[in-house]
Amino acid sequence: MSERTLYDKVWDSHTVAKLPTGQDQVFIGLHLIHEVTTPQAFDMLKERGLKVAFPERTVATVDHIIPTLIQIRPFEDAQAEEMFAALEKNVGENGIRFMHLSTGRQGIVHVIGPELGLSQPGMTIACGDSHTSTHGAVGALGFGIGTTEVAHVLATQTLALGRLKVRRINVTGGLGPGVFPKDVILRIIHDLGIKGGLGHAYEYGGAVFDKMGMEGRMTVCNMSIEGGARIGYVNPDETTLAYLAGREFAPQGEGFDKAAAYWRSVASEPDAAYDDVFGVEGESIEPMVTWGINPGHSTGISEKLPRLEDFEGEERRTAEQGYAFMGLKPGAPIAGTKIDVAFLGSCTNSRLSDLREGARILKGRKVNPRVKMLVVPGSQRVKEQAESEGLHEVFTEAGAEWRGAGCSMCLGMNADKLVGAERSISSSNRNFIGRQGSPKGRTHLGSPATVAASAVEGCLTDPRGF
Amino acid sequence: MGEAKRAVIRQVKGKAIPLPGDDIDTDRITPARFLKAVTFAGIEAALFCDERENMPDHPVDNPAHKGAKLMFVGKNFGSGSSRESAPQAIQRFGIQALVGVSFADIFAGNSFAIGMPLAAASPENAARLIARAQRHPQTQFVLDLEKLTVSFGGESLPVEMLEDRRKSFLAGTWDMLANLEANLPRVREVAAGLPYVSGFSS
Ligand code: SF4
Repeated sequence: MSERTLYDKVWDSHTVAKLPTGQDQVFIGLHLIHEVTTPQAFDMLKERGLKVAFPERTVATVDHIIPTLIQIRPFEDAQAEEMFAALEKNVGENGIRFMHLSTGRQGIVHVIGPELGLSQPGMTIACGDSHTSTHGAVGALGFGIGTTEVAHVLATQTLALGRLKVRRINVTGGLGPGVFPKDVILRIIHDLGIKGGLGHAYEYGGAVFDKMGMEGRMTVCNMSIEGGARIGYVNPDETTLAYLAGREFAPQGEGFDKAAAYWRSVASEPDAAYDDVFGVEGESIEPMVTWGINPGHSTGISEKLPRLEDFEGEERRTAEQGYAFMGLKPGAPIAGTKIDVAFLGSCTNSRLSDLREGARILKGRKVNPRVKMLVVPGSQRVKEQAESEGLHEVFTEAGAEWRGAGCSMCLGMNADKLVGAERSISSSNRNFIGRQGSPKGRTHLGSPATVAASAVEGCLTDPRGF
Repeated sequence: MGEAKRAVIRQVKGKAIPLPGDDIDTDRITPARFLKAVTFAGIEAALFCDERENMPDHPVDNPAHKGAKLMFVGKNFGSGSSRESAPQAIQRFGIQALVGVSFADIFAGNSFAIGMPLAAASPENAARLIARAQRHPQTQFVLDLEKLTVSFGGESLPVEMLEDRRKSFLAGTWDMLANLEANLPRVREVAAGLPYVSGFSS
C-alpha cells in the first residue's frame, strides 16, 4: 500500500467519512462542468428538490459541441444550441461561474482549468469527462466522473470513491531532439498497456519530468486515462509555482506565499512508499505514432509495424482488427503512410507551446496540397496569445485553417469531422474507430511536431528532420 | 433541502409486463436518438418506441398490463450502451423491479444506482413467469427481497440477487446521494479545514 505520496496526503485531507458501501466520501475542491454531461445531473437535483451545495466551487465552460468556424448564436446545429442553452440556464439558476464565449476565457475544460489558475496543487478536481486527469499536472488529483456523480458533486460537493493504488513512473535522463511529452506518454502506454493502469493513479517523476514545462506535463497527465489510470499527476515543484504565479484565479500577493507553502507540502515525501515503480530511459524514446485502433497500438516513427506474433489472445484479435481497419500491414514501415487530414488541437496538445512547435515547422513551408490541416487553439486565451505572436499567420500562409477554440476534430460532436475513410494525423488522445466523426475515418496519434511535419510531407513523417 | 430519502425496498408487488426474448439491448429499450436529449424527464415515452410503432399489440401497450410494477425478461437484458436512459425509461414508465434470466453488467449497475432491483430466475422459472403474465395479466406477483422469491397464486419461485445490492435495498442505503447528503455538516467541516477553500486567508 502506498504511503506519504501526494495521492495519500490529498486523499486523507479530503476524506469526509466511510460510507456503508466501504467507499470513502471525498470532498471535491474544484468541479468543472461542460455542456455534454451536466444537463441530466441538474435535472436530478431539481427532481429531488436539492440545491447546488457549493456553487462557488463549480466552474462551467463550453467545448465539445462548439462550432470552431462560426461561433454565432443560435448555432446551426439545433442539438448543440439546445445543449448550450440548457447549460446557460442551469448555471444562471444556480449561481455558477460560466466562462462564456463572451468572457474571453472560454475553452476546452482541461485547458482553461490550469490556464486560469483554477486548478491548483493539493486539490481534488472532478469533471464529467475522462481527461480530467490532465489537471494532475499541477499536482492535483483530477479524475473523470459520470453524470450521476456530477449530480452527487453538485448536491454535496463530494463523491463516493474507492482508494487507488499508486504507481511511480520514472522517466530518467533526457529526451532527444524532436521528442516531446506526447511521445513520452505514448511510449508509457505502449509499454504498460491500455489496461495497465486500471485501479491505479500514476505519479510521474524523474529527470525528464523535472525538466518538463507545465504544458508538457499536462499532455502526459491528460493521457493517463488512455493507459487505464483514472488519475495521473506530477508533484508540484518550482516550475509549478512559477506557472501559477499571477494566474487570474490563483491567490495573489501574501496569499500566494501562503499557498506556495501549502502546495510544496502536498508533494510526495522523499521516503514515500509506492505500490509499484516503473522506469523508462528518456534517451530510448523516439517520436511515437499510433498505427491501430487504441492508443496502445503505437510504434516509433522509424520502426516497422509489429508482427501479429508479438500479440497474444485478445490483444492479437484487436491488433488484427486494427490492421484491417487502418489498412496497414504488419512488418511494413509506418513512416510514409499517406494522410488526408492533419489536426493540431484537443485538450492533449492545443496549448501555446504546442502551437509554437507546429508553427516552427510550418514557417516558410506549405501544407501538402492533398492535405487539409486544421489548427484549433484550446482556449480563447491561447488563441489570443498565438495571434499576438503571429502564429496564426504562419499557419494560414502555410495553407492550414486557423479556427476558434473548442474540442473540434478530437471527437465527432461538432461540425469538424473526418469524411469517409479519410486518414488523419492528430495531436488528440484517442484513435478509436469512429472517434473523429466518420465511422470509417482512420486516426494516427502523434505529437504536434509529427502532425506538422506529416502535413508538409503529406504522409506520416519523422519530425526530427525538421 | 429535499428529505433524505432512505428508501428501504423489501417487496415489489403488482402486475407484470411479460417481455420474452434474449439480448434485448439498450438501443431497443430506448433508441439511440434519445441519448443526446438534455433531460431524462419524459424519457418513458421512448420506451421500446420503435418496436411499439411496428407492433400494435406490444406488451407495453397492452391495456391488461396497465399499472404493472414488474417486468419479466429473458437472458442478457440491457446489453449495449452505458447510458442511463434505458433503466430510467423503464423506471419512469412505472416499473419498480425486473425479473429475468440475466442482465448486462452496466445496465445492472445503473439500475441499482436508481433503486430498481433486478432478480435472476432460472430459464424455466423465467419462462413460467412470462407465460403466467401473458395468460393471466391480472395476476398479482410479489418479488420478496428478504425471502428471495417471486410468488403468485400460492406458488413461490426462487430468485437470486447480488448480495451486496440486496442488502443495500433492505437497509435503504442504495441511494448514494442520500448517503452523501446525510454527511453534509461534516462536509462543511472538512471544507473549512482546507486552506484553499478559505482562499489561504487564515
Ligand atoms: S478535446 Fe477531446 S478529449 Fe479533450 S475534452 Fe474535448 S472531446 Fe474530450
